Amino acid sequence: MKEKLQSIKEEAIRQIEASDVPEKLNDVRVKFLGKKGELTAVLKGMKDVAPEERPKVGQLVNETRAAIEEILEDTKKKMEAAIREGRLKAEVIDVTLPAKKNMVGHRHPNIIALEEVERIFVGMGYEVVEGPEVEYDMYNFEKLNIPADHPAKDEQDTFYINKEIVLRTQTSPVQARVMEEGKLPIRMIAPGRVFRSDEVDATHSPSFHQIEGLVIDKNISFADLKGTLEVFAKELFGPETKTKFRPHHFPFTEPSAEVDVTCFKCGGKGCRFCKGSGWIEILGCGMVHPHVLEMCGIDPEEYTGFAFGVGLERIALLKYEIDDMRLLYENDIRFLKQF
Amino acid sequence: MNTSLSWIKAYVPDLNVTAQEYTDAMTLSGTKVEGYVELDKDLENIVIGQIEKIEKHPDADKLIVCQVNVGPETVQIVTGAPNVKEGDKVPVVLDGGRVAGGHEPGQKVAGGIKIKKGKLRGVDSCGMMCSIEELGSTKEMYPESPDNGIYIFEDDAVEGESAVKALGLDDVVFEYEVTSNRVDCYSVIGIAREAAATFGKEFVPPVVKETGNTEDVNDYIKVRVENADLCSRYCARVVKNIKVGPSPKWMQRRLASVGIRPINNLVDITNYVMEEYGQPMHAYDLDTIAGHQIVVRTAEKGEKFVTLDGQEREMDETVLMICDGEKAVGIAGIMGGENSMITDDVKTMLFEAACFDGTNIRKSSKKVGLRTDASGKFEKGLDPNNAQAAIDRACQLVEELGAGEVVGGTVDVYGKKKEPVRVPFDADKINALLGTHIPEAEMLGYFEKIGLSYDAESKEVIAPTFRHDLFCLADLAEEVARFYGYDNIPTTLPRGEATTGKLSFKLRIEEVARDIAEFCGFSQGMTYSFESPKVFDKLLLDKDDPARQTVQIMNPLGEDYSIMRTVSLNGMLTSLATNYNRRNKNVRLYELGNIYLPKALPLTELPEERMQFTLGMYGDGDFFSMKGVIEEFFEKIGLREKETYDPKAGKNFLHPGRQANIIYGGKVVGYLGEVHPAVADNYGIGERAYVAVIDMPEVVELATFDRKYKGIAKYPAVSRDISMVMSKEILVGQVEEIIEKNGGSYLESYQLFDLYEGEQIKEGFKSVAYSITFRANDKTLEEADVTAAMTNILTALEAMGIELRK
Repeated sequence: MKEKLQSIKEEAIRQIEASDVPEKLNDVRVKFLGKKGELTAVLKGMKDVAPEERPKVGQLVNETRAAIEEILEDTKKKMEAAIREGRLKAEVIDVTLPAKKNMVGHRHPNIIALEEVERIFVGMGYEVVEGPEVEYDMYNFEKLNIPADHPAKDEQDTFYINKEIVLRTQTSPVQARVMEEGKLPIRMIAPGRVFRSDEVDATHSPSFHQIEGLVIDKNISFADLKGTLEVFAKELFGPETKTKFRPHHFPFTEPSAEVDVTCFKCGGKGCRFCKGSGWIEILGCGMVHPHVLEMCGIDPEEYTGFAFGVGLERIALLKYEIDDMRLLYENDIRFLKQF
Repeated sequence: MNTSLSWIKAYVPDLNVTAQEYTDAMTLSGTKVEGYVELDKDLENIVIGQIEKIEKHPDADKLIVCQVNVGPETVQIVTGAPNVKEGDKVPVVLDGGRVAGGHEPGQKVAGGIKIKKGKLRGVDSCGMMCSIEELGSTKEMYPESPDNGIYIFEDDAVEGESAVKALGLDDVVFEYEVTSNRVDCYSVIGIAREAAATFGKEFVPPVVKETGNTEDVNDYIKVRVENADLCSRYCARVVKNIKVGPSPKWMQRRLASVGIRPINNLVDITNYVMEEYGQPMHAYDLDTIAGHQIVVRTAEKGEKFVTLDGQEREMDETVLMICDGEKAVGIAGIMGGENSMITDDVKTMLFEAACFDGTNIRKSSKKVGLRTDASGKFEKGLDPNNAQAAIDRACQLVEELGAGEVVGGTVDVYGKKKEPVRVPFDADKINALLGTHIPEAEMLGYFEKIGLSYDAESKEVIAPTFRHDLFCLADLAEEVARFYGYDNIPTTLPRGEATTGKLSFKLRIEEVARDIAEFCGFSQGMTYSFESPKVFDKLLLDKDDPARQTVQIMNPLGEDYSIMRTVSLNGMLTSLATNYNRRNKNVRLYELGNIYLPKALPLTELPEERMQFTLGMYGDGDFFSMKGVIEEFFEKIGLREKETYDPKAGKNFLHPGRQANIIYGGKVVGYLGEVHPAVADNYGIGERAYVAVIDMPEVVELATFDRKYKGIAKYPAVSRDISMVMSKEILVGQVEEIIEKNGGSYLESYQLFDLYEGEQIKEGFKSVAYSITFRANDKTLEEADVTAAMTNILTALEAMGIELRK
């Protein structure tokens, strides 16, 4: 019996070794271990074995089965590994072939710049608000301390709908509207479209965007304005950026300033980009004029505040080195795709 | 506004700074210097030489050989200049020096031209004698220059000294951006005052002495002002026995340095005082003034008048005129008349220094179509107290220059005198506003430097009338800040109550719109809010389409920009056309922008501004790609009900068979479709183009970012396929509606998987197949559950005349 089992085992090993594909291994399994296989036949022949021998023979059969199974499994694993290896070798691709891109759209450079500005100010606790683009003269001018005969109101600068209604020339009227609501303190920015009667050329557009900023609270000082805009400039143009505040005049702020930042191209050394000065003007700002506060129902003795206005296109043109403003409104896909 | 450095130094004698130092410091103290030009930047090694001897060139008829004494030595210079003679003193650029340009005006060369010794036709020439053009200026500015040839100095010029200095070219001209509140800085004196304060030097303005003979000007001229509101002051003085001639070189040089052409002593004096004091003046020939009387009054409507440039101009009743006893002699503050202008034969002259209403001058100047140096100054609103000072200064110059005999006294019509403004001062409040700790005494020191005085008793700062920008404490704070230095103010961040930084809900929804559009391949465009009224015809809108009711701009840049858009498509189609013309393929654009809908016309209140999410594309993709974008968007903003599409959108500009209103919750929230080929033609788009417009206010109202998790199904789904043949008239949307209505509570989803028209299907019909899926979330469905639902669906479909294929 023992010999028989040994020869079955040897025959099985021989056949396993002769197999070249997994299917053949399976045939071997069926032939030796299957229900009608040779080992099963041995078990079926147990009735001819003496009862006291049976456990021993049973054990021998099981050992043989285990041995064959192990070899079968081993061989199968090796065989599969070899096949996978072969497949992988055959599947080498040229990874430098062109990518299959999804068609993804691009955001307008103005809006990319705006979102950066919004991110900075929202992080500092500012709310982003909006106001009407077609605006009352009263908000666009009067409440901002720009009286009826002020040259800024000239038709050469302002688009009029009628005597009382204009296309807003600045985002500053949103200041007045927010102040009038009377919810204090105020920290807000108001981005939006504004209009001036300028013919279209490389540096002018009759329609462009501004971002207005306004902070009203107790004890707000010019130093706070400086600090805030310094943070803004560093965030927007890089941590090395320096700011310079120059006295200026706006009817609705006093004191007022224009702000230059160190040229982000040359770092302040002077280059073609900053016309050799090392500085680039980016915004106007100032302490909200007490008369403006008063007109909007805020007591200037109790509250002070600052305001600033940034030209969005100016930021976008500078940041992305766009040399012609008209590109922003042509919507040529070859332009837009670069952002 | 321009000034030369030397002119500033005339009133700030101790000022000793480089052009760049001046520029930086003045800009930081509030007088912004836009730029400067060093007049001698390309002039090097140029001295005065005297021609001692002239000989003919041996080999050239047109050349001469000069021996020129340049001080330490005599050099030989060959020239072709026709105008020199022995004894002439001329500018000579020595060997190795530089000149600014060639012979002709406007031939300036960047970096100048280097002059080296050499031979001209075989004869040594060491240096070059210069024309005024070669020195970088023009005959206009140096009227004594010859028409053609070498500049010749007067006899008192000294050989060997700098010719650049002698010509006043060792100077710098600054250009300022003066802000509208600082009218006083439209004058050399005003800027000099700021410069003195900025650099901490003494300010020495001109001292004006009393002028005039013993006669009384009132015997020469009477003045009556009829419109005192438009002419707050009118000063008149008279000069007789006039001797017209050139003004002295120093005056000519100063005028030339700021770009004013010297003419003669009288004109130059008025121009000089206008620059120096910022007060425009006018001179009339008194002998032409009828009745020796000046009347200041507004013009008649349609009144014609010939200004001294010979142009006839038409006035209206708001334009202020200067008249004599019979006729107009000048347009107030803008330009004098031809009939009263000064000629070389003038004997007696009337000087006018007045103060006119700035706004009126600005408007008149525009109406008349004439903007002059004078009107440019007046329109800023001048200080009436400056008029007397200026006219006295002018008369002083007349006497100093020997230009005539000044008659004693001034006719001064001055109604309500402008008084200095008193501004309450509080150093603590200024420090609080600035965030500084500047001592009070330091503040008062700044004020003193710029001519503001302080009344310690009332604690008021007294602002002189030339500073009409100082009214309140904040104004004083700015004066303190600019001399303390904006740079020296500390930087802090606002303290106080914390606030929440956030975007409004509307802006957040717009952000999602941008994201979705871009995920779907659309790039963001921007177009103007105003457009041409012709767009409605271009879009084939009916004559009575409500979109034609527009907000119109009174003063547009042109008809093409004259109405506020009421539909957002024109900008989109124009942009698509731009891309199409530039042969860009597969273009997908979107825009988020307002349309402006008037509530009533003519406009009495602000129009309604509605944000439109507009998409447009041509190239790859079709109607259904566009529809996909909309559904992705709706899903992302929490519009989870099924949107429906009504093909009867009634849009003329869209393909009649390929358009739909987008309906959500029973409301039209937008539309989409293929652009009508006629409209595509109108715009020049040569491919099928698709557009969609979402009316954002409608969807923002319904949108939500709330989400609730629903358990992932545990029990298996059961699917049934149905195949139908139906009239083409029936929309699959109708089929879906039936499935939804009759599918019962286990209905999970349905999917169109086949649509076929053509062979094997009878004419006018289509074959449609759906896979319908059912699932229960609490059990495995039984056959009976599904069959019941399917029966309901099929019955309803059959009732619509749909044939089911088994």
